[in-house]
Amino acid sequence: MSLLTGALTMGCILALMALGVFLTFRIFGFADLATDSVLTLGAATAAVLLTRGVPPVPATLAATGAGMLAGCVTGALHTRLKINNLLSGILVMTGLYSVNLRIMGGSNVPLSQTATMIDMATAVARRLTGVETVRISVWEIPAGDLAVLVGAFLPACLIGLALRAFFRTDFGVALRASGDNAQSALAQGVSAPDMLLISLMLSGGLSALAGALMAQYQGFADVQMGVGTLVLGLASVIIGQALVRTRSLGIAIAGVVMGSVLFRLLVSIALRWGLNPNDLKLITALFVLATLVGPDVAARFGKRSARRA
Amino acid sequence: MLDIRGIVKTFHPGTENEVRALQGVDLRVEDGSFVVVIGTNGSGKSTLQNAVSGSVVVDEGTILLAGRDITRWPEHRRAALIGRVFQNPFSGTAPGMSVGENLALAERRGLRRTLRRNASLRSRDALAERVRCLGMGLQDRLDTEIGSLSGGQRQALTLLMATMRRPELLLLDEHTAALDPRAAEMVIRVTDDLVRGGKLTTLMVTHSMQQAVSLGDRLVMMHRGRVVADISGAEKQRLRPGDLLDRFDAIRRREQIDPSAAEMLRETYI
Repeated sequence: MSLLTGALTMGCILALMALGVFLTFRIFGFADLATDSVLTLGAATAAVLLTRGVPPVPATLAATGAGMLAGCVTGALHTRLKINNLLSGILVMTGLYSVNLRIMGGSNVPLSQTATMIDMATAVARRLTGVETVRISVWEIPAGDLAVLVGAFLPACLIGLALRAFFRTDFGVALRASGDNAQSALAQGVSAPDMLLISLMLSGGLSALAGALMAQYQGFADVQMGVGTLVLGLASVIIGQALVRTRSLGIAIAGVVMGSVLFRLLVSIALRWGLNPNDLKLITALFVLATLVGPDVAARFGKRSARRA
Repeated sequence: MLDIRGIVKTFHPGTENEVRALQGVDLRVEDGSFVVVIGTNGSGKSTLQNAVSGSVVVDEGTILLAGRDITRWPEHRRAALIGRVFQNPFSGTAPGMSVGENLALAERRGLRRTLRRNASLRSRDALAERVRCLGMGLQDRLDTEIGSLSGGQRQALTLLMATMRRPELLLLDEHTAALDPRAAEMVIRVTDDLVRGGKLTTLMVTHSMQQAVSLGDRLVMMHRGRVVADISGAEKQRLRPGDLLDRFDAIRRREQIDPSAAEMLRETYI
């Protein structure tokens, strides 16, 4: 059962990053490879600030800010210096690796001795309910774990809702149009490159926020923890798309959060059944590949069999 | 009023691909007038439009619109003053967004876009009213994705989007060239309604002789980067497609003579 709450919590935290990927990849078709390093950047910044005695909330916000800055750099490389989109991501990703090591002063920072947002959530739960464990059918779940799960679910929900509201504002409509057809946005007085830059900035902030929460949840920041994040985010977005199959943006956003949680759940079940953790990234990559080319291959195959018939 | 003064544009200068697209064009379009630009391929008519819209930056000359010097303005800033419809029906609308969302985008052209809830997305009745004037039944399809509409419908919507907030200038770049005849006719009817109804200052480029004579109150003929004829008033009203063809033939004949005359002169004097 703790496996389940753990998977759900991690899914909710990574959903924040997936929402960032949604912003850049779904809206602009921009696969920001820097996401991997930006997640680590968020974790590193938060962890170091926490060990220096900064309270959890400002530390987490600062990490988010660092991520936004990194997103800005990727955006500026692409929109101002006209560097190819994948390459701008790779450049930032590579550079940030050193930056992350510098921030942490080593390859990892333990958080076992520091108060984090996780401790805050647990304390709040204890004060409000006054119970140590909660009974759900036959399982006894520590109230703290449940509080952490709720604490991870809330930001994902709030940011999802905020994103939905954002897409209905004048600015949000212009941002979506820029991703959909830059030429038409331009003709309506919207600078599509600026909109892409802002998207990358927001997405960077969300990835770093996810990293900051992840570090606090698992109790350490590690320079390798971001590896494979973007592919994970893509997987979540794609699962979300398959789950809801709708044109409504609000529901699509909910789909991304569900996709992220579902993916984590599937992973933890697979691990429970004896999947070698070393194979995880390969399987994730193959999954994303299959979902990307699957419809195309199916269509081609369908056409061929139709011709034969 | 649009006032173009001596604009020059050369593509790939100094190379063997050098194209002198505009060689000193002066053109003044009075408020409320509808100017049709016609010309052969490579005459510079499209470059002229792109120079005004800002997708091409001119080498020399100035462009004034509504009393402002927009020569150095970036394209998206000029869009605050200019409504545009492109040749490609896929260019003017966002295909993944609905009819309503596209109109919501156009509603803020030239205005600040803030984090305030979009007004059009709030009041659908007002949106439906706008679309109704196209007479295409799109008012019942506000939630339809643009990508599933026909080229003609998209072009009509682009026209509506370009004129939703009154532009200082409407630019139409061969906007019916990629449509089938029936859709083209429909789009021309919508164009005429919107331009005449709103007394919009309009610059339209076309390939079609028929459109050139039947639309607008003034006709400008371009050739090799220059304005070679400027016809307005009663003469424009009398103009027939045949007259235009005659004029083009005259230009072509003059050109055929020119190289041979030059050759003769060279032989005589060198």
